[in-house]
Amino acid sequence: MYNYTEFDDAFLRERVAQFRDQVDRRIDGALTEDEFKPLRLMNGLYLQLHAYMLRVAIPYGSLDAAKMRQLAYIAERWDKGYGHFTTRQNIQYNWPKLKDVPDMLAALADVEMHAIQTSGNTIRNVTSDHFAGAAADEIEDPRPWAELIRQWSTDHPEFQFLPRKFKIAITGAPNDRAVTKAHDIGLRMVRDDAGAPGFEVIVGGGLGRTPMIGKVIREHLPPEDLLPYLESIVSVYNLLGRRDNKYKARIKITVHENGLDTYRDLVEAEFVKRRAAFDGIDQQLFAEINSRFRRPDFIDAPVDAYQAAYDADPVFRSWADTNLSAHAQPGYAIVTVSIKAHGATPGDASAEQMRVLADLAEAFGHDELRISHEQNVVLPHVHKSHLPQVFARLKAAGLGAANVGLVSDIIACPGMDYCALATARSIPIAQQIATRFDELKLEHEIGELKIKISGCINACGHHHVGHIGILGLDRAGVENYQITLGGDGTETAEIGTRTGPGFPADEIVPAIERLVDAYLEHRADAGETFLETYRRLGMAPFKSALYDRVAEQDAA
Amino acid sequence: MSRKFTPKVVTANHLLEGDAVWLTADDQWTPHMHKAELIEDEAHAQLRLLHAEQQPDIVVGAYLADARAGDNGPEPTHFREAFRTRGPSNYAHGKQAEAGNV
Ligand code: SF4
Repeated sequence: MYNYTEFDDAFLRERVAQFRDQVDRRIDGALTEDEFKPLRLMNGLYLQLHAYMLRVAIPYGSLDAAKMRQLAYIAERWDKGYGHFTTRQNIQYNWPKLKDVPDMLAALADVEMHAIQTSGNTIRNVTSDHFAGAAADEIEDPRPWAELIRQWSTDHPEFQFLPRKFKIAITGAPNDRAVTKAHDIGLRMVRDDAGAPGFEVIVGGGLGRTPMIGKVIREHLPPEDLLPYLESIVSVYNLLGRRDNKYKARIKITVHENGLDTYRDLVEAEFVKRRAAFDGIDQQLFAEINSRFRRPDFIDAPVDAYQAAYDADPVFRSWADTNLSAHAQPGYAIVTVSIKAHGATPGDASAEQMRVLADLAEAFGHDELRISHEQNVVLPHVHKSHLPQVFARLKAAGLGAANVGLVSDIIACPGMDYCALATARSIPIAQQIATRFDELKLEHEIGELKIKISGCINACGHHHVGHIGILGLDRAGVENYQITLGGDGTETAEIGTRTGPGFPADEIVPAIERLVDAYLEHRADAGETFLETYRRLGMAPFKSALYDRVAEQDAA
Repeated sequence: MSRKFTPKVVTANHLLEGDAVWLTADDQWTPHMHKAELIEDEAHAQLRLLHAEQQPDIVVGAYLADARAGDNGPEPTHFREAFRTRGPSNYAHGKQAEAGNV
């Protein structure tokens, strides 16, 4: 876990004091809303449909028990006793009062957390692989690099007024669990022919109104060139990016309009200058950061207890089969705790659940936790002998759902239940789909299937990269849901394709059920996933499952 | 002939609470839409909006929302505005939670 320096602490305190003053001045009328709004957004404070919302960064999704407990405390003290984990590895509080927000930020600063740059046209919270530092397939832990990016981008004077917001994702593994290809900049660690690690640098990806898969601008960037290269990409964008039209202001459009080759030439020219200017300071900083990331003291113990429970208890076995992933350390497993109990709100954890997670991290998890972009919580380092105890505690806290990667492990953005930008609700659709497939007792039979739901075209719910994507729209004053198929958020990223006309709220769940039935009917065998079947057969059988019956009814 | 004017209410979020509020005929801000002033005239609607916008110390983001006359006062015509009168659908939070105490 990374430990902050005194400098970081002083900086956070100062920012909180500044914001406290700004809130006071807003309340006593010295600041107008026009003056205040950019200031509150800089501190992660939004005004939503029913209340303010405070968005807190969890840098690269990493936290420890103390931080998690503080998040629980804040939820109880100033909110309604829960928090919502988002696809950007943030946590959102949905009900803060304006006057309390400075106190909330001060409480966050007590555990070295903040809400800085969770909004505005700046470089946002850098996201990462939620298995970082633990995954068996990892080349290097990406988090020291992510922390370097965080420090570099926080309050970077050149990049406080970019044409639009700017999102960076980084992974240290060739298997992409951080959706790097759908970010303004994606960094994926790969080895070159000589076996040296470096970053594949991907630029111009993004979802939203004009979804695009990022393009590789550098195939293998030596890690020590990371900051000057990133700075070159962002500075070219800062000058070239469009400021005349909000919808054309993201770097994906800049790259698209100018062409990747032109963009690359500009970046490489800039890079020569920036590289020289950096003068090794970034490497010094990196060495310092790196030394502050301590590897856990892994234990060496027999795993018989795990094997015995696995053989004896089918409930534990089912959970182990879906919620565990391979760890780099022998005897260890990565535990993904599903925050998707069937029928519950995806990504919402109660304060009590947060405390249980903190306790488990402390007792069995080397004091580490991660938040995944799929809105789950990860205990990255659990020795297998402890898994039966961990599972029992999770189950007792309502956190034992054995559904990671399955049809009910749905990403859903807050949608019109909270979000002021929404065109329709997302949460109830996710709740209904999960409940329905739980009734059918089919989800383990169906296997891997990622459903992702957004409540508007901004695509915070990543619907474009869902195997099944659902987009909620307002069609003539009625909620309507459009389906896309074949999206993929991994290293084989693809944007899903629209099936055709959307469905009203009361028809979307049956429509999803028909899609899944069609998959079960057409799959080559039980080992072929939904996405593979779709890739093999294309849209036709799914389209017919969605629309033929409706067409027949219309004709009748 | 001019287009028929859809009746409006003036609505906003409360500065301190963040909660949805509506402007009443006697210049109060109410958390209950049915107590709002239903405005049937376009020019009057603009005046009332202006009035709301001059109270930045009380409300944020005032706008005119479509409404219709109901038995107990103005009612929303669009689902978004309907949600604003209730709160979210996944928990009994927001106005629907307080409804019992009115
Ligand atoms: S996708 Fe739209 S509705 Fe959902 S959180 Fe983002 S902006 Fe809000």
